[in-house]
Amino acid sequence: MNMIFHNKKISGILCVVPQKESLFDDEIGNYNFPPEKSLRLKKIMGYDRHRIADQGACISDYCVFGIEYLLRQGSLKKDDIDALILVTQTSDYLLPPTSNIIQGRLGLGEDVLCMDINQGCAGYIVGLMQAFLLLEQKNINKVVLLNAEFLSKRTSPKDRNSYPIIGDAAAITIVERDCLENVIHANIKMDGSQGNALIIPAGGLRMPATAETAIMEDSGDGNLRSKDHLFMDGTSVFNFVQTKVPALIEDLLVTSGTAKEEIDYYLFHQPNRFMLEKLADQLGVPYAKMPSNIVERFGNSSGATIPVNAVYNLGDRLKETSFNVCFCGFGTGLNWGAMMMKLGQLQIAEIIEY
Amino acid sequence: MEEIIKILSGIRPEYDFYQESNFIEDGILDSFDMVMLVTALDEHYGIKILGTDIIPENFTDTASIKRLVERYGGME
Repeated sequence: MNMIFHNKKISGILCVVPQKESLFDDEIGNYNFPPEKSLRLKKIMGYDRHRIADQGACISDYCVFGIEYLLRQGSLKKDDIDALILVTQTSDYLLPPTSNIIQGRLGLGEDVLCMDINQGCAGYIVGLMQAFLLLEQKNINKVVLLNAEFLSKRTSPKDRNSYPIIGDAAAITIVERDCLENVIHANIKMDGSQGNALIIPAGGLRMPATAETAIMEDSGDGNLRSKDHLFMDGTSVFNFVQTKVPALIEDLLVTSGTAKEEIDYYLFHQPNRFMLEKLADQLGVPYAKMPSNIVERFGNSSGATIPVNAVYNLGDRLKETSFNVCFCGFGTGLNWGAMMMKLGQLQIAEIIEY
Repeated sequence: MEEIIKILSGIRPEYDFYQESNFIEDGILDSFDMVMLVTALDEHYGIKILGTDIIPENFTDTASIKRLVERYGGME
């Protein structure tokens, strides 16, 4: 689905990450593999350190903490918020929506539209699309997009496929109308027939969580996980990404009339370093234009990875100048989406710790 | 072929790659072994194997790996 948006912009990004940093070197003993083999994968995959939220913490805590920081700091005024969009797969409760919980804790007005969207690694693209669509309404001038994920709580610490790359984070993106013409091109595709490639089997109505679903077992790949945990079919996901994502980007470049070289930064979702470098090779993009360092410094925080990537790698430059960027998210669904836009002149571009 | 067997033995030293037949079906190489193998082949031969070629069919035996390397201009 190709989409074009006009006169919309991102005016600020704040990321909230846990203070607690967990090191791969300290976790190697948890995995059912020879340590020397895991260490060899460390550099290739970008296993190094990741941020893990404390037990008991929920994504609403991080979102409220971040929005209150923006209110104090002056990048956001409470009365200016017209909508809260929360993209997550690790909500506080099955119901009510976590965006409502955030609205209530912040004391926002009844006219603030609250919306939870269940999306994962493509969640930044989906969230921005939804924000831009809402901004077509004349009563909606400013949308606060929240991408927050605590997947460490649903990932087995004995699963070397997934746990080393998982990181917890919340990202707050302020999205609003732009008086300047700013054409944004986007494309998103979805293939629900491959949903089982990235799944938490138990915990919903299809397979309620029970003592049985909590039993840890080796499903044949040497990793221990239960049905309550995230399962990733690494080979299928890798092949999906390498096949689908380059075609999506090439298509978006053509439809937007953009030359590959005109993009200053390809700010992609980051499942692991190897996958990113192979994508860059396939697209013919220099590694310097496609950062792959987030997974090794913070971990992959699903839909929050792209904003963490933008702020960590471009930092204060996002406040001083503008870049042509290509965002791209891919994963759960399986979904893959990309967006090309100008990003810069932000009021805030910061990462804070909770 | 010797070079490829040496690289494979570095990744899975417990196997005799002169004897093994189908590395994938026999469970000798898992997906992470393939990642290590591709990285080692890229470095050793100065090539960049594209992600679309990192599929089981290209890693079933030493002959298929050799064909892959040759396709990228890597020389034995």
